[in-house]
Amino acid sequence: MSEVKEKEVVKIKPSESLLSKRRKNILVDPLDDNNPVTIQVLGICSALAVTIKLEPTIVMSLSVVFVMIFSSLLTSLVRDYIPVRVRIIVQLAIIASLVTLVSEFLQAFSYEMYKVLGAFVGLIITNCIILGRLEAYAMGNKPYDSILDALGSSVGYAWIILTVAFFRELLGSGSVLGYKVFEMIGWSGFPTNGLFVDSIGAFIILGLLIWAQRSRNGYVEN
Amino acid sequence: MELFNLVLKSAFMDNMVFAYFLGMCSFLAVSKKVSTANGLGLAVIFVLTCTAPLNWLIQKNILEEGALSWISPEFATIDLTFLQLLMFIAVIASFVQLVEMIIEKFSPALYGSLGIFLPLIAVNCSILGGSLFMVQRDFNLQEATAFGFGSGFGFYLAIIALAAIREKLKYSHVPNGLKGLGITMLITGLMGLAFKTFIGMTL
Repeated sequence: MSEVKEKEVVKIKPSESLLSKRRKNILVDPLDDNNPVTIQVLGICSALAVTIKLEPTIVMSLSVVFVMIFSSLLTSLVRDYIPVRVRIIVQLAIIASLVTLVSEFLQAFSYEMYKVLGAFVGLIITNCIILGRLEAYAMGNKPYDSILDALGSSVGYAWIILTVAFFRELLGSGSVLGYKVFEMIGWSGFPTNGLFVDSIGAFIILGLLIWAQRSRNGYVEN
Repeated sequence: MELFNLVLKSAFMDNMVFAYFLGMCSFLAVSKKVSTANGLGLAVIFVLTCTAPLNWLIQKNILEEGALSWISPEFATIDLTFLQLLMFIAVIASFVQLVEMIIEKFSPALYGSLGIFLPLIAVNCSILGGSLFMVQRDFNLQEATAFGFGSGFGFYLAIIALAAIREKLKYSHVPNGLKGLGITMLITGLMGLAFKTFIGMTL
């Protein structure tokens, strides 16, 4: 929330094509150069909490993509009717209703996964990426652009947490998606490292990932 | 004594930041200076200590299955747990807004130094996390309050410590790509390792 920028309102020509260059940029920018997790420092909490295994992380990413897209769409549709003073509560109410949907859906169709994710499904509400994008983008832009922006940001978030989860599961449990890969290639004595199952491994992997990504695209923080 | 143990446990062993990654966003963003970290930390302690028992009352008296039977026995079968997330976040957001207004009215000086952090707290996941964990772990009212205070205190300690380290870090040579968030994550990892040594401690 802290690094939310000035409102990015854009004037659109009525004849603009569905995937013009500007719109492609909205979609692609958050994937790398303006990644919500590694560059903007948002949504770190859940990026770390659910990444012990790859499978819950996939469910988590899908949930965030869903909540993000629909909350952006809804906020963007009602943006002219929200009084400025209570906008945070209105936005939180929209997000909370969508998260409740996700949580009820998981309870009904995948109770095991719901148990694994536990309170962290509910904590999607306080994922700062969602509120940050609503506040900075969806509050001032048309629905279609807001959806593209939401899709870009949430996929940018998803690939980071999937990468972290991949390495944590590989090094911590010696498996990928539950398959013991090292035993399959005939290396049964692979020393798994308990540190990566623990929270500490997540901090370190994300730190290194940020280092790698930032040295690649040359972003330097002051 | 048991309550004190719970405070200790939630502040050190089950530290919100290091064990559950809650409140990371503000933990990373507001830890550049000790003085601002101090302000945010105190505000988190206060809000967590108040919202945990508040949400406990809501959970036990309104949301749980059969909780509404105090109105009339007919309501004994109603289960409103699906409204839990919505209710909790509404309580937190409005409580934060209330606190903001009260401080603004009665202590403009404190408001000046704390002001910007208060709205941030509504979306600090450690607050909502505290309420959700409290329900998961079946605490009673006193335990919930102690848990809220302990968690807030743990967050306070963590953010002060990190801010102090980061102030010192200004004088060291960090590789360009690692500057800022990268090195902070690595430090947080090492601090987490240090907090691990508290495991198993009781009084």
